[in-house]
Amino acid sequence: MSIVIRVEHLGKKYLIRHQQKESYTALRDVIAEKTKKIFSVNGKSDKNTIASKEKREEFWALKDINFDVNQGDRIGVIGRNGAGKSTLLKVLSRITEPTEGRISIRGRIASLLEVGTGFHPELTGRENIFLNGAILGMHRWEIKKKFDEIVDFSGVEKFLDTPVKRYSSGMYVRLAFAVAAHLETEILVVDEVLAVGDSEFQSKCLGKMQDISRDQGRTILFVSHNMAAISKLCNKGILLNKGTITENSSVDEVIDQYISTNYQSEFYSIGNKDANKDVYFEKIFLSRDKKNTSNSFSLSDDILCLFEINGNKTVKDSTLTFIVRDKNLNPIFSEHYIFSGCKNLLMATIPNGMLLPGRYYLQSMLHVPNVRFLDNNEEYISFAIEETGSKNSIYTVDLGFVNIPVKWEKV
Amino acid sequence: MISKTFEERFDLVIDTISIKKNYWNDLWRYRELFFFLAWRDILVRYKQTVIGLAWSVIRPFLTMIVFTVIFGNLAKLPSGDVPYPILVFSAMLPWQFFSTSFSDASNSLIGNSNMLTKVYFPRMIIPASSVIVNMVDFFISFVILIGMMFWYRFIPPISILVLPVFFLQVFLISLGAGFYVAAVNVKYRDFKYIVPFIVNFGMIISPVGFSSSVVNEKWRLLYSMNPMVGVIDGFRWAITGDQSQIFLPGLFLSFGIMIVLILIGIWYFRKMERTFADLI
Repeated sequence: MSIVIRVEHLGKKYLIRHQQKESYTALRDVIAEKTKKIFSVNGKSDKNTIASKEKREEFWALKDINFDVNQGDRIGVIGRNGAGKSTLLKVLSRITEPTEGRISIRGRIASLLEVGTGFHPELTGRENIFLNGAILGMHRWEIKKKFDEIVDFSGVEKFLDTPVKRYSSGMYVRLAFAVAAHLETEILVVDEVLAVGDSEFQSKCLGKMQDISRDQGRTILFVSHNMAAISKLCNKGILLNKGTITENSSVDEVIDQYISTNYQSEFYSIGNKDANKDVYFEKIFLSRDKKNTSNSFSLSDDILCLFEINGNKTVKDSTLTFIVRDKNLNPIFSEHYIFSGCKNLLMATIPNGMLLPGRYYLQSMLHVPNVRFLDNNEEYISFAIEETGSKNSIYTVDLGFVNIPVKWEKV
Repeated sequence: MISKTFEERFDLVIDTISIKKNYWNDLWRYRELFFFLAWRDILVRYKQTVIGLAWSVIRPFLTMIVFTVIFGNLAKLPSGDVPYPILVFSAMLPWQFFSTSFSDASNSLIGNSNMLTKVYFPRMIIPASSVIVNMVDFFISFVILIGMMFWYRFIPPISILVLPVFFLQVFLISLGAGFYVAAVNVKYRDFKYIVPFIVNFGMIISPVGFSSSVVNEKWRLLYSMNPMVGVIDGFRWAITGDQSQIFLPGLFLSFGIMIVLILIGIWYFRKMERTFADLI
């Protein structure tokens, strides 16, 4: 196996300004500072003013990143928001320069940080295929050669000569992905693009990506929050945390590591965190008997979810939503409960025998539906249903998560 | 030594030094993108307008009429044997090209910020393609000029063959100034408000509506510090053959400023380019 990407001591530093909201400097300020410099007699006061006004702070989005990628590897890059995933992809795709370190790449690299970059709403589908292809680095003959394939994949041939501003958002995304999917480079860097479109199209995209990597032997770096997609597509994983690599091995190990470090909390408690929100969770825990915290249940236990809510202000239509997710963090089901007042102890009971043995995660949030977000628990609460002889216990393959009371009859 | 041979096997090295070396190769590799972006801007410009492309004929034509009426009839500026509209139009060609290229280029990076943060390509393509778009307008206006020559039965002198040289000059001036202002506008958005002012003010101090021979001989070299003076004089001379238009020291100065502008433009753009994605 030959190495196609080698990353050595890569670091990217950003300067964060605290008081200014705009990312750009206003000429006004620079002129003001320069003038002050001229007029200040001792010539040292200006430094203090700039420091006090801007309060620059260094922030390393990436720090000392080292890894190698072999040809044909499909690497999933995983991490929480702000772990540096997007920065890594941006540096790899040369959108922004590294502050230190080096990346060596063999072969053509193309990056797909967004589908439909450069799409112009006034142009027709046909025109946008050519434009987008050129922006992604394809030559005109390449696009011409692939044109029919692209149109076929996108399924918008009827609307090829309609401006894309008249497209539905689904059609738009399909066309955009279709162009990108036909890039023929040895290395492909992909960011979250599968998070768009309907589920049918998502699985089509995933299939196409598998095609690209498995059958054509191309190298893929893939960032996603969708653990199911990562585990399906990738063979290796990189786990990022606060700008450094914490795990670099097979994809299953990395996903396990990610989930266990990020989602394995036994209960949630506000602790000594700042509690000046209108309504917030004081404590969330799972229990068998309403009092003691429990994280493992048998099939015959009712799962009691207790939510202790506190607050400073009553919010109209405040709603508690919880989502139960499977081991890959895909949602299984959710519940909503509208409550009044800010001080509440709510209990939801998941009846016994409904969830089949396995590991699950509970995510909860307080909100006014579609209006306002109030609070959530950042770390999901993990719990397990132990195998105590379910109907599936004799099988070794994955047979689902829920038990529906299906009625059987001989008719 | 071993590590060196290892690195030579790589096609692309991304660090703080090597990116510079790839740049000009990449510019060549992405040459098609110039034309795709220019093509996009041309296609988009007159979408949803009723008369479409006719606008690019009507706009310079109307400006020419305004100029002829104000300067030729009201101010009664002298124009020699040459029909006044032709005198004005030959100056308006380079001026319109410069001013629209300059203001389009200044907004080009911010207008395409979405592309800057999502895809890699040499960023110079963006302001350069907005200058290329204006070349199309320039050629349309040039056809109008030819039409006017027929109308006034004006036969252009042999000096018209030098015109491409002056066109190259205005092209490079626009490109240099465009690179500079596009880059500076990313960091200091104040330039969004300064650019229209420069364009309006520049039109008044450039010899568009009058001949630069009205400027006192004493001040003429100073006046030629405005590089567009040399360009406009050159266009006038090439199109009308009027020797009095040309002022050689000024012309050389204008070429010198052109070279300085394009070098500073490229240098500053390259210097700022690495931070575009973080600033925009």
